This record gives sequence, C-alpha cells and structure tokens, in this order.
Amino acid sequence: MGSGGDHRRGDLTATPVVEAARPELEKAARKAESRRGVLIALPAWAYLVVFFAMPLGIVFVYSFATRSSTGRTRLADWNLDAYRRLFDPLVFEIFRRSLLLALATTVICLLVSYPFAYYIATRGPRLRNVLLVMVMLPFWSNFLVRTYAWKVLLGSEGPISQLSQALGGEPIRLLFTNTAVLIGLVYGFLPFMVLPLYAALERMDWSLVEAARDLYATGWTAFRKVTWPLSRPGVIAGSILVFIPALGAYVTPAILGGARTTLMGDYIVSQFLAARNQPFGSALSFGIMVVMLAGTIVYFRTGARNV
Amino acid sequence: MSAAVELEGVSKAFGDVHAVSDMNLAITDGEFFSLLGPSGCGKTTTLRMIAGFEFPTEGSLRIQGVEMGLQPPNMRPVNTVFQSYALFPHMNVAENVAFGLHMKKVGATETASRVKRALDMVQLSHRADASSKQLSGGQQQRVALARALVNEPEVLLLDEPLGALDLKLRQAMQVELKVLQERVGITFIYVTHDQEEALTMSDRIGVMNEGRLLQVGEPQQIYEHPASRFVADFIGEINLLPATVVDHHSVRLLGGQVIKAAAGAGAGEQVTVAVRPERLELYGLDEHVPEGLNRVEGSVSRRIYYGDVFYYEVDTPGGAFEVKEENRPGVELHAAGDPVVVAWDPAATTVVAT
Repeated sequence: MGSGGDHRRGDLTATPVVEAARPELEKAARKAESRRGVLIALPAWAYLVVFFAMPLGIVFVYSFATRSSTGRTRLADWNLDAYRRLFDPLVFEIFRRSLLLALATTVICLLVSYPFAYYIATRGPRLRNVLLVMVMLPFWSNFLVRTYAWKVLLGSEGPISQLSQALGGEPIRLLFTNTAVLIGLVYGFLPFMVLPLYAALERMDWSLVEAARDLYATGWTAFRKVTWPLSRPGVIAGSILVFIPALGAYVTPAILGGARTTLMGDYIVSQFLAARNQPFGSALSFGIMVVMLAGTIVYFRTGARNV
Repeated sequence: MSAAVELEGVSKAFGDVHAVSDMNLAITDGEFFSLLGPSGCGKTTTLRMIAGFEFPTEGSLRIQGVEMGLQPPNMRPVNTVFQSYALFPHMNVAENVAFGLHMKKVGATETASRVKRALDMVQLSHRADASSKQLSGGQQQRVALARALVNEPEVLLLDEPLGALDLKLRQAMQVELKVLQERVGITFIYVTHDQEEALTMSDRIGVMNEGRLLQVGEPQQIYEHPASRFVADFIGEINLLPATVVDHHSVRLLGGQVIKAAAGAGAGEQVTVAVRPERLELYGLDEHVPEGLNRVEGSVSRRIYYGDVFYYEVDTPGGAFEVKEENRPGVELHAAGDPVVVAWDPAATTVVAT
C-alpha cells in the first residue's frame, strides 16, 4: 500500500521496519519458521541421541569385540565370531520358542481385544471413557507387583487350582510353565492391543457399514468386507506393539516361567551377566533387531497395500 | 397409481425424545418426493426407518405394499445415497458400484455390464479404476448414485446428497438428478433442509417440524398456500404480520388498516397475514395504484442492491414489510425515507393461525 518512504515501526513483529514483500524476505521468513520447528524438536532429538542412539552404538561396537578368557571385553581384534554363533542350533531353538510364544501372545491379544475395542468404540461417550480408564487402570500399579500377583493366582495353592479342586478336579499347576508365561504376557500386553484397535474403530465412518448393509450385506459380511479391512491399521499397530516386546520379554518369563524354558530376553541377559559374554549378548540383540525390523517392514507393507 | 412407500401412524422415540410422531404418508410409485424441514425435524429419522437403519417404535411401514416390520436393511428393496456418500475407501469406483450386485450373487458378466451401464449413466466410466479417494465431491456423489441405482431398487432414498457440494455444482446436480429420476422412473425420496432444492426437483414435498408432518403438497401449493405459520416462514422469504379477522374476506392490520384476505377464522380472532416479498409492489404516493389491490402506506427505511433484485424495507403502521423488486430496465427506485405505497393482489395473501 504505502509509498517507499512510509516506514512505520511494527509493535508486534520482530522486524523493526515493515516493508513490502520481496522474494528474499519471504524466503528468510520461511527459513526462520523451519528453524523454529527444529528447535521445538530439539529436546526429543537430544534425548534420543544420548539415551538411545549412543547405547545402541556401544552395543553395536561390542558385538564385534573379543571376549577374554576371564570374561572381560577387549575392544581389540575386531571379529565376527559372535555373529557366527547366532547360527548355533541352541540359539535357533530359543528363538523359535520365543517367536511362537510372541505369536501366540499377539493372536490371543487380538482375539480378546478386537471385540472389546469394538464394544468400547460403539458405546456412548460416557461409558466409553469409563471403559478406557479401566483398560489403562493396571498401568497405575507396578508391573512387577502385578506379575507377582499372577504368581499367587497361578500357583498350586492359588485360587485357580483351589477352584478346580473344589469342583472335584485335580490341582492345577500352571506356574513355571509356558502357559503361565503366555497368560502373563497376554495380560501385560492387552492394553497395547486394545488402545490402537479402539483408536482405529473409533474413527471408523459407521455410515460405511450402513452402506454395506443397505447394499444387501448381512451384518457379518459387512464386518468382513468393511469394518475389518478399515480397522487393519489398528490391527497392525496393535500387533507390532504386542509382538515386539513379547519377543524380547524378560520379566514375565523370569517370574512365571520355568527354568527349562529359556526365552530370548532371558538368554541375552544371561550372556551379559552370568556368562559374561558381552560380544555374544550384543550380537544376539542386534540379530533379533534385524529380524524384527525386517518382519515389521514386511508386515507394514502388506498391510498398507490392502488398506 | 399404487403407493411405493406407506407410513401409517409411524412414531419413533429415542428414549424420551420423540423424533417422529404419528406420521401418515403415502408416496406414489415413480414420484420424486422430498421431505423438507430444519435439522432435527425428524426427516432423516423417517428416511432411516424406510431404509431399515432404525425401526419404528410404533406404526406400520410398507414398501410396495409389504409390511417391513423389523426387516434389516439388506432385506429391503430400497437403496440409499448417503449424505457423506459413504463410498468404500478401500475399493475403487467399479468395486464400489459392484458391491450390491456381488452381495446379491449376480453373475460376473452381468455384474460387469450393469456396472458399466451405471457408470455410463453418471458419466464416470473413465474413472472406473480410480480410487474413491481421488474423486472430487461431485464425482463421489455420482458414484454413490450409480452404486445405489445399479441395483434397480424399488425406491431410492437420498439423504441430503447435495449438501457438501458448492453452489454451482449443487445447482447442476439438481437438474441432473431430476433428469435421471425421470429417466429411470424409480421412486426417489429426498431428504433436504434446502427449500430451493425441494421446490425445484420434487413432484411433491412433505414439510416436517419437530417430528410432525405439517403439510404435503406440490411445490407450488406449498409455496403459494402454506397451511401454517411454520411452513410459510420456513419456505422462502415471507412477510408475517399480526392481524385481526374482520370478516370472511378481510382482516385488520395493527395500524388499523383493513386489507382483503380470505380468512378461515372467525371475526375477532388473532391471525397472521403472510405475503411473499416478490408479490409486493411499491408505488410513489402520487402514482396510480390499480383498483382491487391491497394497499398499505409507509416509508422506505432501507434499500439493498442484490444485482438481480432490489430489496426494500418499508415501515408501515402495521409492521415492517420486505419488498423485492426485480432489477428491470426502467424500474423506479425509491430512496430511504421516501413515502411509498405497498400494494399487492389479495389472492397472494395467506392467512395462517398465529
């Protein structure tokens, strides 16, 4: 608007002189904006670098190091011995066992959570919030304490066994079995499945289901053709959130599992502590990471294509 | 002519809320019928009951003479075009259109040719493989139409299908829809809150408010002879003036002026006189007003230019009049403050209960 000489002081802007727009000024403003964006993300970046990337780097370096006869790690004579040991049949067996357990945990979580998430997502806002709080309620107490509670529940003197005996059956001994570990894992990870499923179902456009019903689909067909495929992002997110920690679970198997059934998490910990083989422990960690990353990418790809 | 859809004493309550109360309506086969009313008037609930998404709390609902009772939507010979279109986002255009035929287990060859015909009808054959998300609003709307019509339903239900489109497209689609309906000959039940849409497309209109069907009639009948104050006020612009009945053919306005109007009520009763702004004419005080017209003197308080029309607000002792005069060559303009005579044909006057 103004003529060239009409410069006014801007009270609210950082630039003291308000000028007409020029490409250079517009570009500078855009740059400043993106700098502000970086600044906002800085704490998160710093945290990730210090507490995630650096330890990961150390583990990576250790995986190529040498273990001395006394169990000390020498950062010399870099080699691939630890990675070679990953192909040991024992490692395969432990991995297979962990994989099956994690898969079973994921599938059971999904089967239990889907109807429940569907139920929550289709309630009124009031009941919905109550139910969501109930899902998250267990997080308010310590995970270790809750796992110990399962130890009592599953023990041969526990209520489950007593109920069985009261009904004239045998005492049930679940504790220190794979079943106990599975029960514990499903229990622990259930909220991680329910919440993403709920989020996916909650933003479902239910008129799509009505459209399917209107186009002669039965309730079940409408679910199969519309609800299920459209909630798949939630299924994928929930499955990954359950499967990955279940594969590396340590606390639950350590408390509820038997000594004979070593799992991956257990095995890695024992390499760092009891066996004092840090390079092998590190290589195990990396091996599992690569497998999981590959699996996740494939899973996402197949899911993304169909959604 | 038989009735495509009949409602007899149909009511729907959601808890304490009476969404639809004692509705009686027969929609003729092949008719373009609009349910018109403000939001929350029960028009969408009525449509959803016909579709089978809601069941009546009470009453009989028949489609082609068959009682629908608690039949689910998939068992009814109707299809719906949803307000949000509700196209399946994980399917392309052709798959969307073929959905109903797949569900009915129509053979592959027949499905293909019917889908093609339906897409031709809405001029979208070239987008058959497009994802529904890639389409513009108007195209999505047409796919939704094709997806419903491909099933050759007895009745097509449309829930404010043009609501999300911009003005020009909406007007174009109004014509397109009407032409399509005449071509396929299917009964259309069209829900809208837009009175212009209802007037331009419908064979008949049912006006609803607060769960009740207030008036059913042809567009002209509804517009020219509203049966109640609500219908008069809701459809189009209208001047509503309080008056007292003098005798069968005259009423007295607040300022004491007596005008001619066919009053159904008894002498002395309080009524409302309704007259459309475009039926009013302005004359200067010195101009000759033809005999037989109602005339009320007043003064212009404001003139607004709309391009095609001039809009006047005229203060009179009987209340404020809004007058619409077409912007024709030679039209005489009146300025704010000018004394004028508002005149109109008594036949254009409707008297409704206050």
